[in-house]
Amino acid sequence: MATASQHRIKKRVLKTAHFIGLFLAMALICVPGLWVVLNSFRPTIEIMAKPPVWIPQDLNLDHYRAMFGGAGEGGVPVLTYFRNSLIVSITSTVIALLVGMAGGYAFARYNFKAKGVLFVALMASRAVPGVALSLPLFIIFARTGIIDTHFGLILVYVAMNVPFTIWLIDGFFRQVPKELAEAAEIDGCTRWQAFWRVEFPVARAGIASAGIFAFLTSWNEYALASQLTRSTTSKTMPVGLLDFTSQFTLNWGGMCALAVLMIIPALVLTFLVQKHLIAGLTFGGVKG
Amino acid sequence: MAQVQLKNVVKKYGAVGVVHAINLDIAEGEFVVLVGPSGCGKSTTLRMVAGLEDVTGGEIVIGDRVVNDLPPRERNLAMVFQNYALYPHMTVRENLGFSLKIAKKSQAEIDKSVDEAANILSLTPLLDRKPGALSGGQRQRVAMGRAIVRHPEVFLFDEPLSNLDAKLRTQMRVEIKKLHQRVGSTVIYVTHDQIEAMTLADRIVIMRDGHIVQVGTPLQVFENPVNTFVATFIGSPPMNLLDGVVQGGQVVLVDGTAIPLPPGVPVADGRRVQFGIRADNIMPEGHALPPTAHMDFVDMAVTLTEPLGTETLLYATLSGTEVQAKMLNPRPVFPGERMRFGIALDKCHIFDADTGLSLRG
Repeated sequence: MATASQHRIKKRVLKTAHFIGLFLAMALICVPGLWVVLNSFRPTIEIMAKPPVWIPQDLNLDHYRAMFGGAGEGGVPVLTYFRNSLIVSITSTVIALLVGMAGGYAFARYNFKAKGVLFVALMASRAVPGVALSLPLFIIFARTGIIDTHFGLILVYVAMNVPFTIWLIDGFFRQVPKELAEAAEIDGCTRWQAFWRVEFPVARAGIASAGIFAFLTSWNEYALASQLTRSTTSKTMPVGLLDFTSQFTLNWGGMCALAVLMIIPALVLTFLVQKHLIAGLTFGGVKG
Repeated sequence: MAQVQLKNVVKKYGAVGVVHAINLDIAEGEFVVLVGPSGCGKSTTLRMVAGLEDVTGGEIVIGDRVVNDLPPRERNLAMVFQNYALYPHMTVRENLGFSLKIAKKSQAEIDKSVDEAANILSLTPLLDRKPGALSGGQRQRVAMGRAIVRHPEVFLFDEPLSNLDAKLRTQMRVEIKKLHQRVGSTVIYVTHDQIEAMTLADRIVIMRDGHIVQVGTPLQVFENPVNTFVATFIGSPPMNLLDGVVQGGQVVLVDGTAIPLPPGVPVADGRRVQFGIRADNIMPEGHALPPTAHMDFVDMAVTLTEPLGTETLLYATLSGTEVQAKMLNPRPVFPGERMRFGIALDKCHIFDADTGLSLRG
């Protein structure tokens, strides 16, 4: 009996330790984000205070008011940046997904010459740091006249995301047994119908997660965007953050407020698509 | 219903031949089982009939159409896959009605066909579930239901029972046979399980290495195997084969034991042969081998016994080879016990030792 109760105590202690560990890890991950949110509501004095003020004394919407205000009062064209970010991110994500689906499907289902080499080459292209490409891209874009346009940025983000979406979607299509498409074909589908009515819905969870990753990459990208965009008409939100820096000062509060506006759509999207991320759709149709 | 003909059908992957010019005529409404060890080309053959694999050479005819270049959807057939291949994102009802929906049938028509199929296979209470919430046997029935709603001309089964446990397999075997009797369609069924082949088939097609070795009714292939491969593949336990040389109307085994040739099988002296006896035709004396005019007796020591209830399988050694014999009305037998076994010579087989071909008429 003693061993049974000892065992129970041990189990409880372990569980508590587990929770504490998780809490610490989550705290480490979340604190910077929460600090950004908090700072967006605090006066600059409190943000800059040394030693830091942990418990906020005075919360207000001043930074938001200023940000949406006129140019003279520290305002930035938030809505335009937001629109630019949306246009660039959504378009590049949709294109990267379409190409990723086609490519991923091809890699998962078909055998063709140099398949392995091609796949490795695609992955290797991810190994090149994006910033290293910024100068060549700048020059080419400047010569072809697509610098400082949505189109140019979309092109770059599609190129960045495609290897990744292909790789991810290839993995998901590999999990979809090819007998499903064959059964659909025997049931009267064309190859195309078999894909859209059977394989695509089954792999949709994976495609959704590839979409989120692609969207977030484009939404958050700063290094290349800061080189390839110049004017309000094409700057995205991460680049817009730079509007809060001037020669001698940094408007931390304003930056945090804009950062919060950036985080919100990403969070909302992740929550919306989250349920698709829960896989398990693939299993059951065939004996696992 | 339709007849299916394979004419010199060849399948190659690159330079590697998988199916070598096979010919097969399947009559309307016939239940044909392709059986053979894995890698013998039986599944590939089935998939060529289905249109899931290209045909490298030869012709496949369904009904009166050459279907070589027709996509699967235009061949009017249904297929049950080994892993069932149910659409996991659809309910059972949607799974069953999918082909009709694709064919743009009216909803009323679809409902009627689905209900009918569900009725036949007792799937009605499961119609609103998804495949993930079904047991293996239920999934199997849905896969069959999906095939029958279309009233296809030909049913194709690709090892449909191999994922089920032994009990369910026996049960589903009966259901498949009933289904065939009910709908009367032509069936091509692939399996590596010779018991399934024997129990289901009107005709068995035994394949090996991309060739058809023998075609016949289950009894024909059981009683008259054309070679040692068929002899050992069909029937359980497999046929015992003993090496020997023919001398003066007898087969002299390696250890000198002489067994008379089966009646009506003339073999020239000096020929090296294999003497084939099924376990059913070699039984201990007094244990139910009916006496015939063509009996021979050998003494063997029993090494192992497998009691099965109504019979006991005895393992003994004859001429250095392990031999399995059946004992009906069994009594306890202990390893090491020497017994006298009767051999029914008229049921025995002689195969050429080099080619493995049967020397019986």
